[in-house]
Amino acid sequence: MKGLVVGCGRVGSSVAKKLQKAGWDVAIVDESEEALMRLGQDWPGEFHVGHGMDIAVLEQAGIQDADAVVVATDGDNTNIVVAQVAKRRYGVPSVAVRILDPARASFYEDRDLYVVSPTRAAIESLASWALDGARR
Amino acid sequence: MFVLVVGGGKVGVNVTRTLLGDRHEVVLVEQDPDRYELLDEELEHRAILGDGTETFVLEQAGIRRPPDIVVAVTGDDEDNLVVSQLAREAYGVPKVIARVNDPRNQAHFDLLGISPTVSATSMVMALIQHEVPEHELVHLLELRKENLEIVEVEIGSQSPAAGRRVEQLSLPETARLISVMRDGKAEVAVGSTELRAGDQVLAVLEPGSEEALRELLLS
Repeated sequence: MKGLVVGCGRVGSSVAKKLQKAGWDVAIVDESEEALMRLGQDWPGEFHVGHGMDIAVLEQAGIQDADAVVVATDGDNTNIVVAQVAKRRYGVPSVAVRILDPARASFYEDRDLYVVSPTRAAIESLASWALDGARR
Repeated sequence: MFVLVVGGGKVGVNVTRTLLGDRHEVVLVEQDPDRYELLDEELEHRAILGDGTETFVLEQAGIRRPPDIVVAVTGDDEDNLVVSQLAREAYGVPKVIARVNDPRNQAHFDLLGISPTVSATSMVMALIQHEVPEHELVHLLELRKENLEIVEVEIGSQSPAAGRRVEQLSLPETARLISVMRDGKAEVAVGSTELRAGDQVLAVLEPGSEEALRELLLS
């Protein structure tokens, strides 16, 4: 299986390592070369420096053959665009995208994308914890 | 007309100013607090401070009414794309105009059905091509909605069209000549117009028929 991870921050780098440990071929795209440090000394996969919206970079990283694409840069709107490009331009079978803003997360959920919103998850879990506490 | 402008840079502000001058109702969204202060004063409180890709900011700016048109002209293409998608698909805004900053991102706007778009870079490039042609066939204008484009061709000295009348050319069904310019004077192209080497010809055509036109007028 071939995985492409766009954005090599805390989330992207860890997802990449997990896929790689599971035996996948993994390519990562990040704007900054320093992000490679997050992957450790012996990262065996590909690393491409460039912006996720740059089609040349995505193709260099093999988006056209990817089985799954995970988009987790620090920009919601960049993530939204890159995820839709992966799905609609390249027909990638599975596309997951991180969207911090809960409003945009719910709007983009119905488009064949797997949307993960850490902010929304935190809101829901904190609120239900507090509400449960009141009943405790 | 009620217009919502997202992005208070030079483009956004000048669009807002011009529309206000024409007595339209305009709200401008700007996310930089210092810039916002400046604009809000000049525009007599028609500015809203916030990130125009946040739905609560858009709602505060009146997107639920909805506006007749949303103009997404921030300096970030991803923001302009998301504003446009939200406006059209989440709030049913009938018309959206988006600015493309990096022409390489045009493909993303096309993919997501955001049209019309405006790109200063592409327009300057088209003008450069027009003024200093490097290719023999210059794209002057794309009419996306009509699926037509207007191109300019200089009749080459080896062109099979040189010395022939327009009606004698076997133009493809999908292309028509508009005008012929010779020695600085332009004339509407009619059947009896004779073409000569060095003529600047304008043609309207469906995308994809460039090659046929090129062969006919250039080679």
